[in-house]
Amino acid sequence: MLASHVAMHIPDGFLSTAVAVVFWVISVIVIGYALKRVSQELGERQVPLMGVLAAAIFAGQMLNFTVAGGTSGHLLGAAIATILLGPWPAILVLTSVVSIQALIFQDGGLLALGANLFNMAVVGVAVSYMVYRTIYRLAGGKNWGIFVGGFVAAWLSIEIAALSCALQLAISGTSPANISVPAMGGIHALIGIGEGLITVGALAFIYSTRRDLLTHGESAATQGKLVWVVGLLLAIGLAILSPLASAYPDGLEWVAEQHGFLEAAKGPFYTIIPDYVFPGISNQALATIIAGIFGTLLVFAVALGVGYWRHRRTHA
Amino acid sequence: MHIHFLDPYHPLPSLIHSLDARVKLILVVGFILTTSLMPVGVWAGYLILYALLISAEILSEVSLRYYFSRALFSIPFILAALPLPFTTHGRVLAQFQLDGLTLVISAEGLARLISVALKSWISVQAAILLAVSTTFPDILLAMRAVGVPRLLVAVFGLMWRYLFVFADEALRLMRARAARSSEVDGYRSGRSLTWRAKLTGGMAGSLFLRGFERADRVYLAMVARGYDGEVRSLPLPAWKKTNTVVVVLGLFLYLLILIMGSFIHSIG
Repeated sequence: MLASHVAMHIPDGFLSTAVAVVFWVISVIVIGYALKRVSQELGERQVPLMGVLAAAIFAGQMLNFTVAGGTSGHLLGAAIATILLGPWPAILVLTSVVSIQALIFQDGGLLALGANLFNMAVVGVAVSYMVYRTIYRLAGGKNWGIFVGGFVAAWLSIEIAALSCALQLAISGTSPANISVPAMGGIHALIGIGEGLITVGALAFIYSTRRDLLTHGESAATQGKLVWVVGLLLAIGLAILSPLASAYPDGLEWVAEQHGFLEAAKGPFYTIIPDYVFPGISNQALATIIAGIFGTLLVFAVALGVGYWRHRRTHA
Repeated sequence: MHIHFLDPYHPLPSLIHSLDARVKLILVVGFILTTSLMPVGVWAGYLILYALLISAEILSEVSLRYYFSRALFSIPFILAALPLPFTTHGRVLAQFQLDGLTLVISAEGLARLISVALKSWISVQAAILLAVSTTFPDILLAMRAVGVPRLLVAVFGLMWRYLFVFADEALRLMRARAARSSEVDGYRSGRSLTWRAKLTGGMAGSLFLRGFERADRVYLAMVARGYDGEVRSLPLPAWKKTNTVVVVLGLFLYLLILIMGSFIHSIG
């Protein structure tokens, strides 16, 4: 279960500090706004509903089915959460799922959490909502709108979120765009089909047992104009930007390089003693050796201390 | 079978466990930030950071093997950075001919790949340290203390409370499916891929439906206990002077390590 969805959860170390911080800021703003909307517009029943459904989605990600050769498909849940709850509560539900995965299960990093929240809770929900509402409206309230809308929303939300993830890695200079974009996009085009099928299966089950849950969303729909527009912009923007970035990696490399310069320029900020040479530490190799010796001594001392303390405790 | 083993918290009477959760959250996030800011290729910096972390892991009295085996889960993501040695320009280390395609491994690219791998390995263990030594209610409390809105913390808390209930339900659903899908040698079981996926979807749908119904009951139980739509929480426990000392010392140490790292980087 833990290893199955690493594909989209970026661990720490893979994003440059600047990229991680920028996406933290964006996600905090969006989630803060979602919190405001939820507490203004929705009833007091929403708090337990969001908590319990977040748990259900987390558990729903454990359900899998064999595809071929040991691989399996499973659910990420942005689309189904959006369809069942409406966009603003869905952002909060996905925020809970992704945050707990990072905090407790180390599925995705803590510094990278801002970017992961952006991809799954913001991009995933906004794109799902835009697609589902559009197709549902086009169907004029007919049933096929629910299922086609659900499938396309699930597939596209996974695909666009994956492209966003690939671009973040590319801007960080971790993975060149002409490799990461086709790789992430290709893998998730397939994963998205599994997501779409499970979403349709879930919708079909809910449609046959509790149809009211799928049609009561009308009132929530009117609140979602902003999400619809943002979803459309994100989908179009990322769908155009990614192939471009992948065809002309130089452009993104340029961004990464500028960014590299920025990181390098930041160097002097905390280089307090720039031209002073520590006595004895004149090169990297020596510094590494000293660090190694110092580190080993530290670890050894702590281990001894803990051993001694345990010994005393058991004999006390 | 119950799923409680999922919770990584180890109840132990160690020094790390007895630290205030707020202190741990600040120091762990600060540590990961420090690791992230450490320039590429400063091996001495990574060594010191890792030595610090291993020391804290030993102090937590949880076996090091546990840290390593959990950290292994994040290894597959390194695939994303594997092209780095081939695509970064720099001093040529090695050159391959592959069907007329020339692959060049650069020293700079290799250094970046190893740096990414080390940073990831160190950071994930810092996050594990927080999870094994802090109970979830304490983590919620620390989140509130650093300014996460109360409503969101309430949703986190409710999610955690029902996570294991739903994980158990998911396991039961899967067991039921396994019990009804017999396999006979020579016969294909489980029909087409679409069928299998839709079946799984039905299971997910039933899980969500149970979620809705449980949420109704939870809401009624909350109302019966005086819930009026306002999320309330207990006041935060007092902040001790020693907490300030530990946080300031820790952050100062990180700053020192960063200065050392950028110094080595500039002379390297």
